[in-house]
Amino acid sequence: MKRFARLFAELDASTATLDKVDALKRYFAAAAPRDAAWAVYFLAGGKPRQVVPSSVLWAIACRGAGIADWLFDACYQAVGDFAETVAHVLPPPAHESDLGLAEWVEDRLLPLRGLAPEEQAARIASYWDELDSAGRFLLNKLIGGGFRVGVSKLLVQRALAEGAGVDAKRVAQRMMGYTDGRVAPSPERYLQLTAGADAGPLDLGQPYPFFLAHQLDAPLEAFTTRLAATEDWIVEWKYDGIRAQVVKRASQVWIWSRGEELVTDRFPEIVAAAAGLPNGTVLDGEIVVWKDERLSPFALLQQRIGRKTLTKKVLGDAPVAYIAYDLLEFGGADLRERPQDERRELLEAVIAGQSAIRLSPVESRPSWEAFAELRREARTRGVEGLMLKHRSARYGTGRRKQDDLAGGTWWKWKIEPLSVDCILVYAQAGHGRRASVYTDYTFAVWNRTPRDAAEAEAAIAAIARKEPPAADALQLVAFAKAYSGLTDEEFLRVDKVIRGSTLEKFGPVRSVRPTLMFELGFEGINRSGRHKSGIAVRFPRMLRIRDDKPLHEADTLASLEVLLALQHRPASAPPEPDGEE
Amino acid sequence: MADDLVVQRREGLYCPQGDFYIDPWRPVERAVITHAHADHARRGHDRYLAAAPAEGVLRIRLGDEIALQTLPYGEAIAHHGVRVSFHPAGHVLGSAQVRLEHGGRVWVASGDYHVAGDSADPREDNATCTPFEPVRCHCFITESTFGLPIYRWQPQAELFASIDDWWRRNAEAGRASLILGYSFGKAQRILQGVDRSIGPIFVHGAVEPLNRAYRAAGVDLPETPLVTEVKDKALFRRALIVAPPSVQGSVWTRRFGEHSDAFASGWMQLRGARRRRSVDRGFVLSDHADWPGLKRAIAATGAERVIVTHGYEAVMVRWLGEQGLEAGAFETEYGDSDDEEPAPVPADGELAS
Repeated sequence: MKRFARLFAELDASTATLDKVDALKRYFAAAAPRDAAWAVYFLAGGKPRQVVPSSVLWAIACRGAGIADWLFDACYQAVGDFAETVAHVLPPPAHESDLGLAEWVEDRLLPLRGLAPEEQAARIASYWDELDSAGRFLLNKLIGGGFRVGVSKLLVQRALAEGAGVDAKRVAQRMMGYTDGRVAPSPERYLQLTAGADAGPLDLGQPYPFFLAHQLDAPLEAFTTRLAATEDWIVEWKYDGIRAQVVKRASQVWIWSRGEELVTDRFPEIVAAAAGLPNGTVLDGEIVVWKDERLSPFALLQQRIGRKTLTKKVLGDAPVAYIAYDLLEFGGADLRERPQDERRELLEAVIAGQSAIRLSPVESRPSWEAFAELRREARTRGVEGLMLKHRSARYGTGRRKQDDLAGGTWWKWKIEPLSVDCILVYAQAGHGRRASVYTDYTFAVWNRTPRDAAEAEAAIAAIARKEPPAADALQLVAFAKAYSGLTDEEFLRVDKVIRGSTLEKFGPVRSVRPTLMFELGFEGINRSGRHKSGIAVRFPRMLRIRDDKPLHEADTLASLEVLLALQHRPASAPPEPDGEE
Repeated sequence: MADDLVVQRREGLYCPQGDFYIDPWRPVERAVITHAHADHARRGHDRYLAAAPAEGVLRIRLGDEIALQTLPYGEAIAHHGVRVSFHPAGHVLGSAQVRLEHGGRVWVASGDYHVAGDSADPREDNATCTPFEPVRCHCFITESTFGLPIYRWQPQAELFASIDDWWRRNAEAGRASLILGYSFGKAQRILQGVDRSIGPIFVHGAVEPLNRAYRAAGVDLPETPLVTEVKDKALFRRALIVAPPSVQGSVWTRRFGEHSDAFASGWMQLRGARRRRSVDRGFVLSDHADWPGLKRAIAATGAERVIVTHGYEAVMVRWLGEQGLEAGAFETEYGDSDDEEPAPVPADGELAS
């Protein structure tokens, strides 16, 4: 545990990739396989289910520190992290433990689940008393299921591969599913990750590491020089669903999400659809809700994911379909080194005999300008933009370096976000690195267009006096929250303004005198009964601070209505994944 | 209340009976100064009264020409019937609590103070100035910069051992160690506490005038040539360099070549603050009281009334109320200085979500 806590501290303090990989390699070289097995699990994003509810931990921490609940909460608000708050408020430990990570997890943490609350409390209090502040922080993260560290899974794979002298891609493939919680990390499993080329019988349902796309940010004029001719590319729509691999082997189907979570049980329609695939087939594609012969918005899919049990009603309200766009394995052979167009051709042949699986249609246009024209239809088609895949591209691992443009990259060419100019009305401090800095904001638009600057000023003055607005008065209506998109410097500037213009504090939230306007971008807009404005936006983020515009020129509810109408205009040409060849 | 010895005014904390201010933030006729940090000792007052050991640093900060009268710690003068005396606060050289006595009542304004831990262990005192002395009073006006239970300073011996380790490892790797801390107070704590045998020590030009004032007051500091006086740059490779936080990422640091940087401040206790600072190391070194220290200092005054200023006022007021004390707060303009403000974020790093 001490060694792992030290590794965690090193990874946490460093920003240099090389230092991180070195720290990982040093750890793996020194740690016992039993401990390293768990270390890989946690570092690669594995999260055991929360073994003790936060409310229980909260109560034990208050008791241990001898402070009242409200005071612990004030601490939590300043720290922005529960595990760290506990680590700081407790008195120094009585003695320090030398147990390894595996013993801590297997003999102490996992058995906590299901114990009577009093027994849990007694054990945790005694564990805390064996660790210093860094160790407690780590323990709390592990108990609470919130362990996160600044390394990617790719970096862990790289460190393991370099340490053992094996190919990183092989390690990556063996690591698929390592963190899904079906099998506990064991020394055997850990040693298999880095075993020689022919060793390691892979779990039958193993998928392949997902190949990720890059954002294409170049201006259209640069496309021809950067990407060359359109004929070199396979262009498809970019779907707004759940990326997933469908694995069919030994007459069994597995569905893996991009988060490497096994989601087979969640999508019986797709299991049924894949039953007809020949054994030794792996598809890559997207799960979407497909209703009334067309794509439905992601919101519907999200609702379905939120359901614990799949009732007939849920299946009827949000039926899913699988849109395939790549073939990674066929006849039991790994096709990932074959060029994109060859895989595509094979995919079409495989899908041709499968009415239940949809094929992502390929679009062709004579020029990038024509594709840009096509891309404008994305919003009405309910997709996010276009995907560009070079015909000679191999199926890589993870997200490749940008400069690796030589045919190996997948590009996502997303549409510009929708945006409105809105006014900051509430703020809350962030978490982690942003603790104690106001970075989470609520934005509002006018309920109608202000007559002039004076009317807007009067409305703001009324807000500052905390007067409830008259029914027909000009007022600001909150409609969205966002916490990303600004630079550190901008956040600090806004933080300062918030502290200087606070009207009221409601727990961690402050209302502020409206002075700042932002351009807020978002991907989609829908009606929602949950917000006062009646509107909900998807993936909101700040595009810029609008110092150039006076507050009375901010957008209104009517501007949101226009965007809503624009997005939900009946599609003139819905994409038809199984036609248009 | 009508007969309070200190009230809050637009210009600062005011003693109506004596007609003077304590650490006023706007120009006034008579200013009683607790210590020489910029948010407490401002320019523009007609007359200043301060503790005698503060004279040197006050004149460096405010100019030689200020009309300054000083009193040794513990010695009182009467002004309009108010007895005024200064008592050590342990914060920086010359820092004092101001004791006011009038009509049988005693009030103490703490300014900023340092006292650490649950017990009065002299090893935890600030060794660069006279340690905090509790003063019995009816009403205590306390700061609350670190007024939350998450702030508990580690033993100084442990802290300086970790600074020495960091420096020693850098020196062995042939890399300069740049430690950032405020020029007045923090820099001298670092210089006084580190192991001088590890390598040479150099300072930024903003630090040295204050070092001289400390040495003149009898504080044992190492020799500290200015960075700009160093001819042979190879010397930096084993050196500790003490500089104010403003140099982080500036061209001034380029002369050191490859170096490791660290920041010394009480705020470094929190991971979020460390990450925002973007330095290699954060050392938790504060010139303020931690939570156990605040509790102990308040209890030692025996005051039944406590007024909380700059920091976590709301938290302290509620907590003190729960302990059966009469508690209130003053809104001040302290805490916004070069002393210990929240660490600003450097320009380049993106805030990770």
